[in-house]
This record gives sequence, C-alpha cells and structure tokens, in this order.
Amino acid sequence: MDLVFTEQQNAFREEIRSWLAANVPAAPLQSFDTAEGFKQHREWEATLNKGRWGMVTWPEALGGRGCDLIEWLIFEEEYYRARAPLRVNQNGIFLLGPTLMEYGTEEQKARILPKMANGEEVWAQGWSEPNAGSDMAAIRSTAKLEGDKYVINGQKTWSTRAVWADWCFGMFRTDPASERHRGLTFILVPLNSPGITVRPIPQLDGLPGFAEIFFDNVEVAVENRLGDEGAGWNVAMATAGFERGLMLRSPARFQETARRLVELYTANRESADRDPAVKDAVIRAYLDAESYCLTTYQTACRLNKGGKIGAESSTNKIFWSELDQNMHATAMSILGARAELLPHAPAAQGVGNWLDGWLFSQSGPIYAGTNEVQRNIIAERMLGMPR
Amino acid sequence: MDFTFTEDQLLFQESVRDFLVNEVTPERIRASWETDGGRDPALWRQLAELGLTGITVPEAHGGLGMSALDFVLLAQECGYVALPEPLVHSALVAVPMLSAIGGELAAQWLPKIAAGEAKVVVGLAQNLVVEDAHIADLLILQQGETLVAATADQVVLEHNESIDPSRKLFTVAVRPVATTVATGAEAATLIADALNHGALGCAAQALGLAQRMIDLTVKYTSERQQFGKPIGSFQAVKHHMANVAVRLEYAKAPTHRAAYAIAAASQPRLSRPRRIARQAGGVRGREPRREELPPGARRDGLHLGGGPAYLHEKGLGAGEHLG
Ligand SMILES: Cc1cc2nc3c(=O)[nH]c(=O)nc-3n(C[C@H](O)[C@H](O)[C@H](O)COP(=O)(O)OP(=O)(O)OC[C@H]3O[C@@H](n4cnc5c(N)ncnc54)[C@H](O)[C@@H]3O)c2cc1C
Repeated sequence: MDLVFTEQQNAFREEIRSWLAANVPAAPLQSFDTAEGFKQHREWEATLNKGRWGMVTWPEALGGRGCDLIEWLIFEEEYYRARAPLRVNQNGIFLLGPTLMEYGTEEQKARILPKMANGEEVWAQGWSEPNAGSDMAAIRSTAKLEGDKYVINGQKTWSTRAVWADWCFGMFRTDPASERHRGLTFILVPLNSPGITVRPIPQLDGLPGFAEIFFDNVEVAVENRLGDEGAGWNVAMATAGFERGLMLRSPARFQETARRLVELYTANRESADRDPAVKDAVIRAYLDAESYCLTTYQTACRLNKGGKIGAESSTNKIFWSELDQNMHATAMSILGARAELLPHAPAAQGVGNWLDGWLFSQSGPIYAGTNEVQRNIIAERMLGMPR
Repeated sequence: MDFTFTEDQLLFQESVRDFLVNEVTPERIRASWETDGGRDPALWRQLAELGLTGITVPEAHGGLGMSALDFVLLAQECGYVALPEPLVHSALVAVPMLSAIGGELAAQWLPKIAAGEAKVVVGLAQNLVVEDAHIADLLILQQGETLVAATADQVVLEHNESIDPSRKLFTVAVRPVATTVATGAEAATLIADALNHGALGCAAQALGLAQRMIDLTVKYTSERQQFGKPIGSFQAVKHHMANVAVRLEYAKAPTHRAAYAIAAASQPRLSRPRRIARQAGGVRGREPRREELPPGARRDGLHLGGGPAYLHEKGLGAGEHLG
C-alpha cells in the first residue's frame, strides 16, 4: 500500500488544473435542459475535447489520453473543484462509451466515439418503457430485421436528455416469440430518423429533463446493432455496471457538494446551530463523502490490478444516492425558510442552486435501477440469501 | 498510488482467520466465562507461537517488527471471532507505546511480550476502567499529565463486573513505587498516539464483528423457515441485511486509510487517522463503542435472530466484550 501520488499523477493533476483555470466559463452555463443551455453545454464538450479532456480514459487514437482509473479520479476531482459544467453527454461518454469499448466492432468505435467525445453527437438512453421499469426484461418495443435494416416499433420513456439528443441507445425485442431477458437486442438509433416522435416530459423543476420516444416503423441500419442479436441483455448489464459503478457518479461530485455544504453551514452558523443535529449532519456528510472517495480509490486500485467489479456496484449506487439526499436535505434545513424560494425571489439571498440539487437528489434512488432493486441484488448475489 | 494490500498481508490474514475460526469458537469463549479470571493461557501460547504477540515488537527485541498496516487485517479477524484475549490491545496500543518509550523498560519487557511470556496493558485517564489489568505483568498508566509503569505487584485492583462476561474490567490504584516513564509534552504525545492506535483497533475489530454478524444472520435466515419458506427469502429481511452490508462496505477503506496513516508516520498527524477511524465506526466526536459499531449491524443481527438471539448463550452474544 502506498497512498502517495506519483510524480506523473501530480503532473497530470497540475495540467488539468491549469487548463480548467484557463477554460472553465466564468459564469455558469444555463441548464442543459433548456434549448440554449443544451447548446452551451455541447460547445463546452467540444472545448474539452480540443484540449483532449473529453474522456481521458479512452485510447489516444480515439481522442483520449489512455488514462487509468486513478488518473480518471484525479481528473474528476479537479473538474468538480473547478466547478466546471455538468456533462451533457453523460449517457454517451460514461455509459455507452465503455460498453462500446467492450462490445463494439472497430468500425463502430471509429465511427461513434470521436463524435461522442466532441459533443457532436449527444446520446440518450432508451431502456425504460411504460410497462418495463424495474422489470426491464418486460420490454415490448420490437425490432424486426428486414434485409440490412431493423424496423423498430414501440415506445420508450424517461429518456434523459432525449429532447435535444442526436442518438439513443436502447434494447428492443428482436425475437417476437422470446420471453423476459432472452431475444432482446441492443440497438443504436439516430433520433432524427423518420418515424420517431420525441415528447418532452417536464421534471420536478419544470424543465424537460427527459422524454418519451415513440417509434413508428423506424428503419435503422444493421451496423447499429451493438453485440449479437439476442445478446442485448448481457450488453446492457455491462452498461448498467458502469452506471452504478465507477463512472457515472464519481466521488468528486459528492465531495464538492460536501465542501459547499460546509461553506453553507459556516455562512449560516448562527441560525444553523440552533439545532445541534444540523452540525452533526454536516460532519457526517463530509465524512461519508470522504468514505466514498477512499472506497472508490480502493476499488480503482483493485481494478487496475485486474480485479472485477461485481455486486458491489449495487452498494455503490445506494451509498452515493443516499449521501446526495442527506447532503441536500441538510442544506435545506440550514436554509430554513429560504429553502423553498426560487433563486430570483427577493428574499432568496445566498440560496445558490441547492433547491435544484435537492429536487434532483430525490431521483437518485430511482434512476440507474431503484435502490430497492439494488438491495435485492446485494442480498441475493453479494450475501447469498435465498430467493 | 496503490490502495491495496500485498499478497503476503492477505495470506497472513487468511491463515490467522483459519486459525481463529477453528480455535476461538463460541463454545471456547463461553467456557472461559466460567474460569477464574476468564482468560485462556493456552490460547495466548498459541497466539505467541504464531508470532502474533510479537507482531509489532521491533525485530531487535525478538518480534516481527510489523506495522499497524500489517496488523489491521488481523485485528479485523480478531473482531470476527470476538477474541477475548487482549491481542489487539497489546499489539496495537501497548507495544507501540512501550517501543516509543524505549530505553531499559522496552528492552526489559518487549522480548518477553514477543515470546508470549508477559502481557502489558495501558490505562489512560479517559478509561474509567482498565481492561485485562488482572492478567497484566506490566501496566502503563496515566496519572494526571504523567505516564507511569507499574508491575503487577505495584497496583491494587478492584473488579468491575460488566454485562458482558468476556470483559474483565478493573479500577486500578497505583502504589507510589511505580516508575515515571514520561511527563509533559512527551507524555501527551504518547497518549495521543495511543488513542489513535486504540481507535484504529476498535474500528478494525468492529469491521470483523459486523462481518461475522452478517455471516451468522445470513446463515440463520437461510435456514429458519416460517410460512413454509426460509425467512431470508422475505424482502423485508433482505433489505435489513443489504443496508448493513452497504454501511460495512464503506467503513473498510477509511479504516485501512487510518492504518496506513499510523504506519506511514512515526509521528502521525494526530487528528486525521483518529477522525477517520471514528468515522469508520459511524460515530463522531468520540471513540466508537461496541453498541454502535458498525451502525446497524448489531441491532439488525439481533433483530433478525428473533427470540433465540436474545438468549445469553447465542453465538452473537459472545461478541459482547468488544471494546
Ligand atoms: C431522473 C430520472 C432519469 C431517468 N433516466 C432514464 C433514462 O435515461 N433512460 C431510461 O431508460 N430510464 C430512465 N429513467 C427511468 C428509471 O430507470 C426507472 O424510473 C426505474 O428503473 C424505475 O422504474 P419505474 O419508474 O417504472 O418504477 P417501478 O418499477 O414501477 O417501481 C415503482 C416502485 O416500486 C418499487 N419496486 C419495483 N419492483 C420492486 C421489487 N422487485 N422489489 C422491491 N421494490 C420494487 C421500486 O423500487 C419503486 O419504488 C430515469 C428515471 C429518473 C427518475
């Protein structure tokens, strides 16, 4: 065990830190769930990519830097510390990207990844359907192979960023006689294809952060299939592993929230201390964020040495989503009567964007597989309890 | 940056676990409750033969010269079996303190400790009572701002009975003949270091104990049938267990980080490892106590055991003495 960063790692940190200092927009961008904000975020992705910071873990040939997971964590730490914009293409770079590395053909990687990295093609994720939520194997949308095309019919829902995205990846039933997780195929669909209707759905904050996608005889070239026909479930499980595991929500995000929480507490100490439980909750949040960081470093080191991430990606998902909820709930109690005020309200001094964050934190235990489902996985696969 | 243990460290952990699980059974622990003094000299000899009594004793004094980082996984295993013998106390708190005091005292006692021929315990001002004082050959005790060393014949002990029959607790009065070993700033540093080491020992044992409770409860709930099925197949039961597993998973890395900090710095920065060790136990602002460590494990283990878990002779109850 040696917890000292190498010289190379420190140099890497310096490099990203100074690049961010020179490039992070001074004023925060608008929400990427608005048309203007989406455009701004897309441009930011292009800027990142120009500096070869789009996705540092990717091979150099694909615009990355071939970084290992430790460097990835360093990158994330600096990124959040600099309060740089959220990643509009998270479905692409964090979820589909790594899945393509594992299952994609060379042609697919070369065609898809560079445009993903520079924000030219932003991705949505199309798994959930009206009757297939936690029970994803109940997917009914179909894809029928006709010549060199799939013809897709059906409906997806809750598809994040789909309102302005360019592509979606999803699972479709290719074998009409199949049941459950057999007969499903992972297909990539351009969202500007004829026959697609995207209907925005407003989220708690009123902005259309996700959408329904309707498919009416949508034709998709067969080279957009990822993995074999009928093997969609296994491919999707790899994506879900990245979603719950290391990539989507790295510790830096929560450490940054924890630091902001400490700042908020310090700025409002006098009123906050009237309830002694608040201080305790702030400390607990800070320590839990640190725990999450240390645990992630431990996992990353294990993976670097060839280990695999298993059911513990489910413990991960529960831990970060509950931590995020706790931190935002604590911020709400510190803000007290101001907590419900929108930032432009005259009395809303110093409320920052805690309210938005609090709203979004409520979705953490739902997306990426609900926490109840994760608890089932932990009990059955990690602890070996009877089904 | 390499936050993993070496092959050797993991192998050592495995062999110590095998030994402890086979030897330190709940039956053996309960049998020791009936004996005078409640400790098992044969077991201490076995631990000495494995080199464990001398694990942190410097090689020059006949030990293995290992660090807190080498020992932390073993401390987890001591917790796993709820080992009543003061191995963690000795190896992680008393021996490092004695080594730091150095001089004649260290030269006289460390080889005997390594050989398993003598035991040393530490009693600080914040300990209301001193654990295992009755089997100690040497006691290092805080008296105000001074540390004194007293041999067994230089102290008067009064037994304090605990609800946990494995805990042997004493109020200690020191006769004036005891030797002063450190005063002032030097004593303060030794004491602060000992508290850091102690917090690490508590956290590491609590990790092991929580794992044991999970293992026992998974086994029990997989076997026990109600409504025609194992109770472990009910989701309410599963989710209790999953919650404990999540908390435990995230308590490990901070504990290992604390062990690293203690091992890496001969003079560890005082606040950090202790804070992290406390966090690992899920309590802040003071040392973790067994009732709380790690959060939920004990309560849920007891709860899911149902009626039988409330019985004195149940295996889970044998873990009562951790402190
Ligand atoms: C902000 C946000 C973004 C999202 N983004 C996307 C996206 O981009 N792409 C996409 O495909 N989907 C997305 N989703 C959808 C998300 O994956 C689903 O909401 C989730 O899988 C739950 O499905 P459901 O909503 O149908 O709820 P249901 O499955 O109907 O669940 C309702 C409740 O029942 C519980 N429940 C269900 N089954 C069990 C069980 N077996 N045991 C115990 N409890 C159970 C659930 O935990 C939950 O509390 C998003 C959701 C949110 C909130």
